Amino acid sequence: MSAVMQVASAISPGNRLYRSRKRVNLLLLAISSLALAFGLFWLVWILGTLLYEGGYALAHATLYYQMTPPPGADGGLANAIVGSLVMVAAGTLIGTPVGILAGTYLAEYGRGGWLAGATRFLNDVLLSAPSIVIGLFVYSVYVARVKHFSAWAGAMALALLVIPVVVRTTDDMLKLVPHTLREAAMALGCPAWKMIVSVTYRAARTGILTGVLLAIARISGETAPLLFTALNNQFWSNNMNAPMANLPVVIFQFAMSPYEDWHRLAWGGAALITLAVLVLNILARALFRKTD
Amino acid sequence: MDESQSPRRLRSASWADPAFEWLTRVFAFVVFSLLVAILASLVVGSQITLQKYGFSFIWSSDWDPVKERFGALVPIYGTVVTSLIAMLIGVPVSFGIALFLTELSPAWLKRPLGTAIELLAAIPSIIYGMWGLFVFAPLFQEHVQPALVNTLGAVPFFGALFAGPSIGIGMLTAGLILSVMVIPFITAVMRDVFEIVPAMLKESAYGLGATTWEVVWRVVLPYTKVGVIGGIMLGLGRALGETMAVTFVIGNAHHLAVSLNAPGNSIASALANEFTEAVGDIYFSALIELGLILFLITTIVLALAKLLLMRLARREGTGA
Repeated sequence: MSAVMQVASAISPGNRLYRSRKRVNLLLLAISSLALAFGLFWLVWILGTLLYEGGYALAHATLYYQMTPPPGADGGLANAIVGSLVMVAAGTLIGTPVGILAGTYLAEYGRGGWLAGATRFLNDVLLSAPSIVIGLFVYSVYVARVKHFSAWAGAMALALLVIPVVVRTTDDMLKLVPHTLREAAMALGCPAWKMIVSVTYRAARTGILTGVLLAIARISGETAPLLFTALNNQFWSNNMNAPMANLPVVIFQFAMSPYEDWHRLAWGGAALITLAVLVLNILARALFRKTD
Repeated sequence: MDESQSPRRLRSASWADPAFEWLTRVFAFVVFSLLVAILASLVVGSQITLQKYGFSFIWSSDWDPVKERFGALVPIYGTVVTSLIAMLIGVPVSFGIALFLTELSPAWLKRPLGTAIELLAAIPSIIYGMWGLFVFAPLFQEHVQPALVNTLGAVPFFGALFAGPSIGIGMLTAGLILSVMVIPFITAVMRDVFEIVPAMLKESAYGLGATTWEVVWRVVLPYTKVGVIGGIMLGLGRALGETMAVTFVIGNAHHLAVSLNAPGNSIASALANEFTEAVGDIYFSALIELGLILFLITTIVLALAKLLLMRLARREGTGA
């Protein structure tokens, strides 16, 4: 009887302890809302700055068809934009098949084996490994051997960043495919490889595509791994065995320079990259949500 | 089954099946060996300084390319200090955001708010760096740093951290920008692990009259402790290896300073700035050894993060 009384009084509005607990609660929940506002504040500030500073450059057509200029001259970012597109495309084309096949092993064949467990673990470490170290790796095993920077080296470094993302999503998405689908295919006499290629891949298609899109979004803005591999090029280049201009490194070089017009181009490039990356991200999310 | 009687299509499958399995196994092995290959290439590349300096490389603060004397203390210090600042701010903020998203937010706002925070991770790091250099650092120098120097700088002993001229760029600025960059990573993990807490546990606490904060602090957090620490380690791993954002704002000065307002250097930014301009084998080797140190530190931190998260997942009975 007395216990019931105590409980009743513990949460009665007149209880001083209860009031102070409620105050603490309110205060901390308010702080939590402020934390959210803090996070959103930076997002809005950074995106706002990009649109404000980069909008001018983005609105000028010269950005898209002229080459990167020497200081003091007019120009655009055409060679850097194309160079970025070429290297991102090459990196994705090299990295995606490797990632999908490795992910397939993890989800379809390797269940319970040591290789799958260890690979899954190391892949997750690789996923967050510093990208500059990937650049160093490609420099030591490729650039230092052939003795020149090249677009291929840049594409390789980007491919190494694509692989862990694609492995992870392929693995996750294939694991989501219901076993009954596999069993149905097997029961029809379908060999395992055919079951994987035409049943599970098809069921997990959108999920895997989401992973590839996210990987592309990630490498589009990567600068550090390109510094020691693709380097930069002031001119247009179609040669994959030579240094190639690319947006991130051009932005880095131009922003660090003392020239006003280079700064303006750097802002244009920065706005362009961010828009592309955000669009890719939102696209990937929209695609993935459709599968839920 | 009698092979000779089976139709041709079925026979072709008898080699196609193991072939496909081996193909995927080979690529899994490629991914498996990548980390080892990276480690090996860095060890080979830094042979000269590894042999010349041994462990003294780690605690020497020399960095003189002309006299060819190198030590990693300054960049290691800068990397650790900036990451600690990032954690000091990033962890409580991420906790607050995760708390808001799991316990306070109305259902219809959860997804857009969560996506917005995740987009912070999508912004390329070079953009953070450029924005930090041109927009944040000048404002910080003009409005925030003098106030910090006048208030916290006057505290005895502790004040040395905030002494010195306000120049906008430096370790404090780098740490602040890093803190914004790690928020989405830590928040994502915290939010995920908060959501696995069984509703019955939380409702029991609410039923006993606990407030929302008490439920989070006394029930949710103890239940998910391992996962939360894993998330923090994941953020730390990101902060330690972050390159471009830090390179823009840390000032790239090779000297050891107590004050956080002073410019410094981090391992990643030293690499980004000096690698392509390095001349001489020893200089190269020293830079690659910096990369090796960074790789070892981040790999250990990230592996720990992963192990902690796996432990929580195993307890939950869900796959890692």
